[in-house]
Amino acid sequence: MSAADPALPTEIGIPLSLRGAATIRVVAGFGFWLFLLSDIILFAALFATYSVLSSSTAGGPTAAELFDKKHVFLETMCLLASSVTCGFGSLAVQRTDARAMYLWMATTFVLGVCFVAMEGREFAGMVASGAGPSHSAFLSAFFTLVGTHGLHVSLGLVWLVIMLLQATTLGFQPMVSRRFFSFGLFWHALDIVWIGVFTIVYLGAR
Amino acid sequence: MFGRLSWAAIPFDQPIIMGTGAVLGMVLFTVLLLIGRKGAWPYLWREWITSVDHKRIGVMYMILGLVMLIRGFSDAIMMRTQLAIAAGHAKGYLPPEHYDQVFTAHGTIMIFFVAMPFVVGLMNFAVPLQLGVRDVAFPKLNSVSFWLTASGVLLVNLSLFVGEFARTGWLAYPPLSELAYSPGVGVDYYLWSLQLSGVGTLLAGINLTTTILKMRAPGMGYSRMPIFCWTALASNLLIVAAFPVLTATFAMLLLDRYCDFHFFTNELGGNPMMYINLIWIWGHPEVYILILPAFGVFSEVVATFSGKPLFGYRSMVLATMAICILSFMVWLHHFFTMGAGADVNGFFGIMTMIIAVPTGVKVFNWLFTLYGGRIQYTVPIYWTIGFIITFVIGGMTGVLMAIPPADFVLHNSLFLIAHFHNVAIGGVVFGAMAGYTYWFPKAFGFKLNERLGKAIFWCWFIGFYLAFMPLYALGLMGATRRMQHYPDTHWQPLMLVALAGAVVILLGIVLTAVQLAVSIRQRHVERDCSGDPWNGRTLEWSVPSPPPPWNFTHIPDVQRTDAYWQMKKEGNAATASAGPFDMYVPRNSPVGILLAFFAVISGFALIWRIDWLAALGLVGAVVVVLREAWKTDLEICVPAERVAAFAHSHDVAARASVDGGRS
Repeated sequence: MSAADPALPTEIGIPLSLRGAATIRVVAGFGFWLFLLSDIILFAALFATYSVLSSSTAGGPTAAELFDKKHVFLETMCLLASSVTCGFGSLAVQRTDARAMYLWMATTFVLGVCFVAMEGREFAGMVASGAGPSHSAFLSAFFTLVGTHGLHVSLGLVWLVIMLLQATTLGFQPMVSRRFFSFGLFWHALDIVWIGVFTIVYLGAR
Repeated sequence: MFGRLSWAAIPFDQPIIMGTGAVLGMVLFTVLLLIGRKGAWPYLWREWITSVDHKRIGVMYMILGLVMLIRGFSDAIMMRTQLAIAAGHAKGYLPPEHYDQVFTAHGTIMIFFVAMPFVVGLMNFAVPLQLGVRDVAFPKLNSVSFWLTASGVLLVNLSLFVGEFARTGWLAYPPLSELAYSPGVGVDYYLWSLQLSGVGTLLAGINLTTTILKMRAPGMGYSRMPIFCWTALASNLLIVAAFPVLTATFAMLLLDRYCDFHFFTNELGGNPMMYINLIWIWGHPEVYILILPAFGVFSEVVATFSGKPLFGYRSMVLATMAICILSFMVWLHHFFTMGAGADVNGFFGIMTMIIAVPTGVKVFNWLFTLYGGRIQYTVPIYWTIGFIITFVIGGMTGVLMAIPPADFVLHNSLFLIAHFHNVAIGGVVFGAMAGYTYWFPKAFGFKLNERLGKAIFWCWFIGFYLAFMPLYALGLMGATRRMQHYPDTHWQPLMLVALAGAVVILLGIVLTAVQLAVSIRQRHVERDCSGDPWNGRTLEWSVPSPPPPWNFTHIPDVQRTDAYWQMKKEGNAATASAGPFDMYVPRNSPVGILLAFFAVISGFALIWRIDWLAALGLVGAVVVVLREAWKTDLEICVPAERVAAFAHSHDVAARASVDGGRS
């Protein structure tokens, strides 16, 4: 329920758990946190599968032979930088500073596109060299884990465009800034997942 | 143009399927026609289909579960008749490829589309009322969850008439479920319907967890929450933690089948045991997702009808949360025979036995609540006592199978089938029936017929023992599960007893329909004007039956557990302090059914490999979501006069029922 009930007192002295229903901002944010947790569990299943299958190369190329760590490092930097710009963008949303918001969020978008493009190039290169996902269980697990993350980033980019349109058409009303907040959480969570990918998949390849 | 879909997909040569299809089609047509004749479509659309009211959605979940119970049970009784006949040289009437679809559909439907809707429906209906809030955290999302579950149901039922269903068993183990061994659409039907309903369940879990953790009435701290809310919290936490694993696992199998990946195949390094581990990392918590809310129902029922507070509230909470955590540490006991070695098997065996400890705590709590209480032998208490007896037996056979060496003998035998039906029927079904009877008057304003309720109980109770005790014996004699016929005619007498049990259960299901019809006809006799027909203890009984769309005209102030009992004792149950205010309720929304519509289109298209149609469905869904994202006018105002009028009419009715001297 979003409407504040005039019958509800919000006194500061009583413990949080006894104060009654939280505000819609808290409730919406909390619900989105739970969704992120569930998403991270989805990734956990993919990570576990990758770990089990990473040596099942079926005589095909191994992780150490395939990965170009320099390329992936640059890719990582793009994503991490986009998290920083996204953070500044969120602060701009809080200040309802439209110009700063557009600037930072557009930068975030560009960095995100760079990340996805670099990942796409890596994938295309692997497929072209005959190391596509159908080649071995290892490659199936690799493409699925990294690709699922890439899909999340791509969907995040679509969401970001929608949010920019919402900000333009609806202005910074509470509904829009709540969604921006959730978008920020989503974007940072993808960073955390990527750190797992970078460490386990790319640095773990030997 | 139509992918793999052609006229050959419809099994014209199968008289059983075509007959069922014709009957079902006629029933459906008649129902739709009747609704049209009565001019009830606008009402249904406005008040139910597009409703975002958690009570309405809860009721729709229950209806979905009841309807699918008939489908799941039809499969069950087909299997029982087949096995009663197919002894020695007889081969029965179900050919293996059909029999395999029947047992797969039975398991899938009973877990995902009967037990889950029952449990989610009860939680949806009762939890916000018990917490003293006006709706769940995300009402529109709630509608989306329900309709996604319904779209999964639709796809499963479509598989009966267009194409085939999986022949793999209810968890679709690879490599059998891989394209190489299941080239047809059966497994695809299975996967897409469960992906859709799985997303629905995950969203419902997020919604209810948020509701319980962030939306309780003022004063309702964690130690004052009704125990059903605690079990609902545990169950929904498990949904949030377990269902993503199911989604990921099915996604991997889909990639294997659609894109030539090699996660679980026999070649190129694929590892089928990986699937079996993953699916049970979801599957074992799923067992507790279903049973914990049932435990909650029994706890509410046992306290209400003993006229006492629940014995050991804190130990009950601790036991619930202990089970919640432990349920993630036992998955391997479903496949001790994998060959993980003595140490691993030993660990999981012991963890499994440890779960019996908190469960035992709960059983003793229920017994001590009954002990010394003024027990009213109503229908819900029948189900509860039947449950305690039955579940203890099922629990003990479970602990027996937790011993790895014993499991090597009993694995995949009918003993296992008897065990999990013992806990699933004795626990989840009995719990759902208890909850259905208990909260029915709250939902509709009149009680269910008591005599028929008791008859239903006895049918299920006796029917269960007749149907499944022989299966324990048969399992020990060596009968395996998923067996279409058997050479040893010595097994036949026990199979016949099991069939008799299934027939008794059938009578119980028929009586459930009769009870509903009789109760509706006699609703004036059993009308509940007080809102509190059972002399209840928790907040849902403090509001009228059925409650207004906004649930609570005045948000209650909670002082202790059993909040309403306390209010009644202090005599301030019906205080209308400050006058009613304008009430804001969420606006109805067709987004749930629209998303489900496009999900079914995409799902069906993906099953039959009709790429353009799948894309079309996806575009439709995206458009629906985008349209929704730009809506700002999300609530409607109920003016104070209407709120007051509702409260007043309820007060008059309540006073009349008190004057009339209610029992």
